Amino acid sequence: MKETRIYERPKAWMKDVHTHYCPGCGHGITHRLLCEVIDELEIKDKTIGIAPVGCAAMMYDYVDTDYCEAAHGRAPALATGLKRTRPDRVVFTYQGDGDLASIGMAEIVHAANRGEKFTTIFINNAIYGMTGGQMAPTTLIGQKATTCPYGRDPELAGYPMRMCELLSTLETPAYIERVTVAEPKYVIAAKKAIKKAFQYQIEGKGYSFVEVLSNCPTNWGMQPVQSFKWTLETMVPYYPLGVYKDFE
Amino acid sequence: MARVLMKGTEAIAEAAVQAGCKYFFGYPITPQNEIPEYMSARLPAIGGAYVQAESEVAAINMVMGGGATGTKIMTTSSSPGISLMSEGLSYIAGCEIPAVVVNVMRGGPGLGGILPAQGDYFQATKGGGNGDYRLLVLAPSTLQEAVDLTQLAFDLALTYRNPVMILADGFMGQMMEAVEISEHKSEGIPDVTPWALGNKDKREKRSVLRSLYLDPEKLEKHNMDLKAKYDAMQKEVRFEEYCTEDAEYLIAAFGTTARIARSAIANLRDEGVKVGMIRPVTLYPFPKERIRQLSEKARHVLVVEMNTGQMLEDVQAAVCDRAPVSFYGRCGGISPSVKEIEEKLRELL
Ligand SMILES: Cc1ncc(C[n+]2csc(CCOP(=O)(O)OP(=O)(O)O)c2C)c(N)n1
Ligand code: SF4
Repeated sequence: MKETRIYERPKAWMKDVHTHYCPGCGHGITHRLLCEVIDELEIKDKTIGIAPVGCAAMMYDYVDTDYCEAAHGRAPALATGLKRTRPDRVVFTYQGDGDLASIGMAEIVHAANRGEKFTTIFINNAIYGMTGGQMAPTTLIGQKATTCPYGRDPELAGYPMRMCELLSTLETPAYIERVTVAEPKYVIAAKKAIKKAFQYQIEGKGYSFVEVLSNCPTNWGMQPVQSFKWTLETMVPYYPLGVYKDFE
Repeated sequence: MARVLMKGTEAIAEAAVQAGCKYFFGYPITPQNEIPEYMSARLPAIGGAYVQAESEVAAINMVMGGGATGTKIMTTSSSPGISLMSEGLSYIAGCEIPAVVVNVMRGGPGLGGILPAQGDYFQATKGGGNGDYRLLVLAPSTLQEAVDLTQLAFDLALTYRNPVMILADGFMGQMMEAVEISEHKSEGIPDVTPWALGNKDKREKRSVLRSLYLDPEKLEKHNMDLKAKYDAMQKEVRFEEYCTEDAEYLIAAFGTTARIARSAIANLRDEGVKVGMIRPVTLYPFPKERIRQLSEKARHVLVVEMNTGQMLEDVQAAVCDRAPVSFYGRCGGISPSVKEIEEKLRELL
């Protein structure tokens, strides 16, 4: 049996725009997955996104839904106010590791613990991308960054923080999974996870969180292909993929 | 509703409810804890929500999210908590989101004390957060006025898509007075659908609330548009005058301090001193034009505050050199007494 598949731009993708992301950056891939999920669930007109502070600060230029910007790290609190006043809407936050795991640590932990009924997409690229490659809470031991030029030293900066593991100690969240977009087979799994997270929200099951192990070729000083290899070989062993919490 | 004896904090809370506020986000801090406590009991019963935030930083961002859907939203705090909210207030103003914030002021700086003060005048009227933005600032001096201004605050916030602050000193929060709180219907408020999030299915285009403009020309335009709005807000200026018709000596005071000054003026008038008072009700916009006019006839202007001289600077700017301007202030939780104000004024005669 022959099957014809048409690959086209998702409808939730803004018309005629190209992202400002560096070539090969996982932000672009994840945006596309997000748009496909929004299309498949037919929620474009009822979705409200929250743009973070970080490389994705202008993601509203690419994903065609209502949006509010958030201050650095505050997206989960903002989402709480949005979702509490409009429980009939689909609300998502999209945050980097500096945004979520450093300055916004309190907001993410408490929103998850209250079981706020929105979805978080957490982009872990082990670095502060937008500000030019400083050390993040997720920077790996030995990994070089502009503020740990000799490599992250646990004596000085502690060990990288694992957010899925940390959040899954909480009783309340409905769904927590870690995925990656470093290789096509993983991209398909990542999309499934994002879709499931939105579905859980729509079904009112509770708070859903998907961590996406991504890359930052620019600040890692690597070619895109090499960078995703690094994601798989260096990040995945420390940040194991998988479901950390499931309502079911 | 008939007049009932109520504590200030609870009167403010019920006034908000009667104005249609169904959502409250807050974090405990003395001396305003009765407001979140009241709301946590009251709001679930009317189909709203009370959320105890993990910090004032989170509370103000919840307020931003709630306001972004065009919903009537409130948070309340006291001085150190308002400092933490300053980042959020800057974003709320920059994104043009309506919100009502009550500051029941206590003494500072830092942790300061828990007793009443007026030391957050600068913070409320001159910023606190970063960038070129303004809050509408309302300063009640009786509990009935606190009730009325709280209800007005929601209308102003929605009309101008701007955060409105009720700047109440600790006395306003903690004292009891008879108040009447009626249901308040907002009239003549522009429809929120064109911009409020969550209405994409009701309008042609999506709405993006943002303050980020990396293109300098766009950011300058955004700032200029905000400036035009702040200019338009000037017509909201409100003030009260007391015995100013023939006043040769003019007292300027706001909030509780103005109540104390009123008693001093009554006593001084008995002695034949022609003294009157202007009490700004809106601290931003500030009644500078009226103060300028009154200062033309004045021999001396006396500013009285519960701080070391903050509104003083706005009064000085309004008066210029038309009359000398003096200051009397107490702080740390101590209010100026009637007698102290009388004595200070007699020194100026
Ligand atoms: C309060 C505040 N502090 C610092 C900054 C500067 N800043 C902008 S983006 C950013 C880091 C973003 O890194 P991350 O969240 O990892 O996202 P990425 O850029 O890697 O996608 C920082 C520190 C800011 N905008 N606001
Ligand atoms: S700096 Fe890094 S995270 Fe940001 S767009 Fe470039 S590659 Fe992506």
